[in-house]
Amino acid sequence: MDIDVQKVAMLARIRLTDEEATELSPQLSSILAYVDQLAAVDTEGVTPTAHPHDASMPLRANVVTNGNRRDALQAVAPKLESGLYVVPKVIE
Amino acid sequence: MPFSSLSEIKTRLDNGETTAVEVAQLYLDRIAAHNEQLNAFVHLDAEHVLGQAQASDAHRAKEGARALEGLPIAVKDIFCTQDGPTQCCSNILKDFHAPYDAHVITKLKEAGAVLVGKTNMDEFAMGSSTETSAFGVCRNPWDMDRIPGGSSGGSASAVAAALTPAALGTDTGGSIRQPASLTGITGMKPTYGRVSRRGIIAFASSLDQAGPMTRTVKDAAMITAAIEGHDALDSTTVADAPQLDWLKACEQRDMKGMKIGVPKEYFVEGMDAEVRASVEEALKQCEALGAELVDISLPHTHLAVAAYYVIAPSEASANLSRYDSVRFGHRCDNPEDLLDMYTRSRDEGFGSEVKRRILTGTFALSSGYYDAYYLKAQQVRTLIQQDFTQAFEKVDVIATPTSPITAFKIGEKTDDPLTMYLSDIDTIAVNLAGLPGLSQPCGFAQNLPVGLQWIAPAWREDVLLGAASAYEAATDWHKHVPAAFGGEV
Repeated sequence: MDIDVQKVAMLARIRLTDEEATELSPQLSSILAYVDQLAAVDTEGVTPTAHPHDASMPLRANVVTNGNRRDALQAVAPKLESGLYVVPKVIE
Repeated sequence: MPFSSLSEIKTRLDNGETTAVEVAQLYLDRIAAHNEQLNAFVHLDAEHVLGQAQASDAHRAKEGARALEGLPIAVKDIFCTQDGPTQCCSNILKDFHAPYDAHVITKLKEAGAVLVGKTNMDEFAMGSSTETSAFGVCRNPWDMDRIPGGSSGGSASAVAAALTPAALGTDTGGSIRQPASLTGITGMKPTYGRVSRRGIIAFASSLDQAGPMTRTVKDAAMITAAIEGHDALDSTTVADAPQLDWLKACEQRDMKGMKIGVPKEYFVEGMDAEVRASVEEALKQCEALGAELVDISLPHTHLAVAAYYVIAPSEASANLSRYDSVRFGHRCDNPEDLLDMYTRSRDEGFGSEVKRRILTGTFALSSGYYDAYYLKAQQVRTLIQQDFTQAFEKVDVIATPTSPITAFKIGEKTDDPLTMYLSDIDTIAVNLAGLPGLSQPCGFAQNLPVGLQWIAPAWREDVLLGAASAYEAATDWHKHVPAAFGGEV
């Protein structure tokens, strides 16, 4: 299968150089050609796996467990100002 | 001492023959002497290690010993730790310091363990050889030109060379068991949902599970006992999971009457002849110990790698979308706009294998392809699970090779991603089915270690530990150590 690697890369928000795209294209095609063997399997009526043990999703009480840790959690941000994350201008 | 098991070191500590500080210093000296060759550790703070050891000795003197008091345990760079960097061996997390400990790290600390640094791994655990690490390839102590397996290759190499008596790894498609096999140590992946994933950097959330890498089966049980259990902050840990007596499971050391299933699909062409001979010899030994070998079939085994390479990359592409360079992680210089910031930061931060998997997953989940790939793979996953369910109606446990080949040469499989993917052919189905699996040494081929894999029904790690400890008691493969790192055993 021919894949438009640059289109997929844009969906994944990864910039690729033309050389990278040229290298990746046949690799992705060979991976997908390999997984295409799944298409031949009869899965009519088979339930897709959602959780390996069919466990239900447990709920916990909606309470604060670890308090306000904003400073610690923001300490790893690339760019901050007054406790806000700074990104390039979005709206002119 | 360096090649002692965790439980032997525990006995010496309990008897007052040594101290946590002495033990820590011994392994720090070995790391200083050998890590440059092996590149098993990517971060180590010797002073911090000795500080923990001193605190442990003080705790023992004042309040008595906890379950892992004073025992050194290294952890893969995928576990968030408040002390030191957590980088997942990726440039996108270079110099990242986690603001909290992973749940299992908290549990190890509460049990008194001394955490000895971060071990090398494939970037984001994506790989089978530890060659995709952003911090350089890790080497196999049995042959320095060869890979230690992956993705938990640093943990495996460190334990095999006795730079630490034990380590934690994670296993998404075999990343504990395959490197354990290739370096001649024991590694266990618990049942999915047994151990909390909180604070473990996510790769494929429906498959990832943490577990021990050790010198003996009992050591694996000791560590699992300390880290397992429901975590209210990880809803995939199962609250009503059957409880086990982990240490008692290793005491029986008897497999009389045990029905061991031998699936023909795991002994196929492409398997190394000497590996096959070692595993078959191990099975004969089990028979001599009173077990009954039963030929079984797991008919969908050949589809496991294909299903995995849809499911794991799909989940990875979703999980790794969080690296947007806004809240944490690498950001490119002088972004022109938001899109440029995302695309360039991610290009610069991710290595080629991680990009390959993100793109594979993005494609599989993209509009128009979901049913053909992800949904189909999840249906095939159900069929693979049903194979195991049916097999366990007839047998107690399943035994297979852990890997069809021994450790390969560095660079041997890096050109063709698909060849690398196929090296996990014996371990992946266990993750897809959420089952517990254990690899232990069972011989040598081409003078390199061979691993025997045990697979049990969900929540029956006691069966794994029982079978493996009985085999271990009757053999001495686990006592072999790589000559270049030898010394007193």
